[in-house]
Amino acid sequence: MIELKDIAITKGGRQILHDINLRIPDNEFVAITGPNGSGKSTLAKIMMGIEKPDSGMILMDGKDITDLTIPQRAAQGIAFAFQAPVSFKGITVRRLMELASKKELSKSEVCNYLSKVGLCANNYLSREVNSSLSGGELKRIEIASVLARHASVSIFDEPEAGIDLWSFKNLIDVFGELRAECNGSIVVISHQERILNIADRVVLLEDGTIKDVIKQGEKYSLFTDQIRCCKC
Amino acid sequence: MESNKDSMIDKAEARDSSNDVDVRLLDTILASKSLKDDKGLETGAHSLRKNGLSVELKSTPNVRIEKKEDHPGIDVFVRDDTPLEFVHVPVIITKGGFDDVVYNDFHIGRNAHAIIVAGCGIHNDDACNAQHDGIHRFFLDEGADVQYVENHYGEGEGSGERILNPETDVHLGKGAVLRMEMVQIKGVDSTVRTTNAELDDNATLLVTEKIMTSQKQSAKTIFNVKLNGKDSKCQVTSRSYAIDDSSQKFISNIEGNAKCFAHVECDAIIRDHGKVTSEPAITANDVDANMIHEAQIGKIAGEQLVKLMTLGLSEKEAEKEIINGFLA
Ligand SMILES: Nc1ncnc2c1ncn2[C@@H]1O[C@H](COP(=O)(O)OP(=O)(O)O)[C@@H](O)[C@H]1O
Ligand SMILES: [Mg+2]
Repeated sequence: MIELKDIAITKGGRQILHDINLRIPDNEFVAITGPNGSGKSTLAKIMMGIEKPDSGMILMDGKDITDLTIPQRAAQGIAFAFQAPVSFKGITVRRLMELASKKELSKSEVCNYLSKVGLCANNYLSREVNSSLSGGELKRIEIASVLARHASVSIFDEPEAGIDLWSFKNLIDVFGELRAECNGSIVVISHQERILNIADRVVLLEDGTIKDVIKQGEKYSLFTDQIRCCKC
Repeated sequence: MESNKDSMIDKAEARDSSNDVDVRLLDTILASKSLKDDKGLETGAHSLRKNGLSVELKSTPNVRIEKKEDHPGIDVFVRDDTPLEFVHVPVIITKGGFDDVVYNDFHIGRNAHAIIVAGCGIHNDDACNAQHDGIHRFFLDEGADVQYVENHYGEGEGSGERILNPETDVHLGKGAVLRMEMVQIKGVDSTVRTTNAELDDNATLLVTEKIMTSQKQSAKTIFNVKLNGKDSKCQVTSRSYAIDDSSQKFISNIEGNAKCFAHVECDAIIRDHGKVTSEPAITANDVDANMIHEAQIGKIAGEQLVKLMTLGLSEKEAEKEIINGFLA
């Protein structure tokens, strides 16, 4: 279980998140949605330890992890798939997957992770995770690197971007499998209705505050009155 | 002068398989990840030079290696249509006080296929400098295909510098292909590497060089390539890592004198007070010459470190992983 208590952060003189309170129990699938710039990625990075909040606390299974570094949080079982995947000159797809799983992997093990994101291992195993891969390919490899972590809290920042429809269905199955296998929590930042529909809860973030939380099955009209003009 | 080749070999500095320094230098410079089927020095054609003397020479039916008569060095002749042969030409220096200049010429016959493994390992515990300047010339006939792998490595506790100044001249005939992989990862105090090449029609030159410098070391590489032939191609990939107070300079001068393609890519990672200069020049003298140069110098990207840290690596481990990959 991961819990955020009164999290606030200011960047460039602007308050990005205000007093965020959110508790995600084991085995729960939470989707976070909201307009661009509402603070979703910032919130996810605060959970992973990539950004430090100005105030508030982060608890993991009741333990205060606010001051833990990124690798310490990884060791606690938190995993994060970046919205914009990072590329590396010289690091192969296989090596990245091995670093993520902390052990050497057989070809079929790597193949297993890659096929979940719709990639055929034969074509990618020894490819470098560099900009010769397309945006969609990098995105899938990024997701696969999180699957290989078998983490207890897996966070995906807009995983659907760059994924075609066929793989998109697989992706939804992947979240289901991940939940069953690790009894873990899954946090997915998304704008996709199909992802929002399978979530146990949908958190709506707006201007750095939680505007609404909708439980599975409840009727929601997230997108009807969202057209707002900017507050210039 | 005796005509018996064996008598031209100097046994005074023979390879000593019981000597750790000899074994380690050879293992280091002959090890290359890209050479899976390589059986090493023991089989196949080879020449070993140690402390300024030619100490082993072995030819095979397809590869003839001869000591030069006018200069120190060797001529290597690979017969036309040779299917694939490994040729090893390592140089080791195990003491200081040397300024060894060697001329090695490689004559590769039509449609012959060879993998040439070269390199220089220096162990210098002395106060005097140890220097090796290899002057290599490659003559590839029509359709020849050669992979040339060169590792440079230095070690030793002495105050004497370890200096390597290789000079390479490349002549590629029609449709010939030369892949050069040059690596200098450790312990060379000063190096100036010059490569001059000229390419005929359809010839291809692919160069990868990886250089790491530390402490006060300096490395300079210069590529002068003339794409004279129609549809000739040249790709140069340079990766450097400069740490401490070391400095590196990459200079390339590619001339497109016909319909041709050239791609030069220079990537450098710097740390501490490391300095890197990239001085590219591409000249198109023909309207159908297509030439690209890319250069990037900087610290390890912060986001790369962060990504690996989210996988559980410490910052140090992440840095090591990124550099290992970069120079792999
Ligand atoms: N370093 C920064 N300085 C100022 N503003 C920033 C900085 N980083 C992000 N922001 C702003 O924070 C807001 C939230 O960003 P982000 O969390 O990426 O939003 P989302 O993921 O919901 O689109 C955006 O308005 C963004 O411009
Ligand atoms: Mg975002």
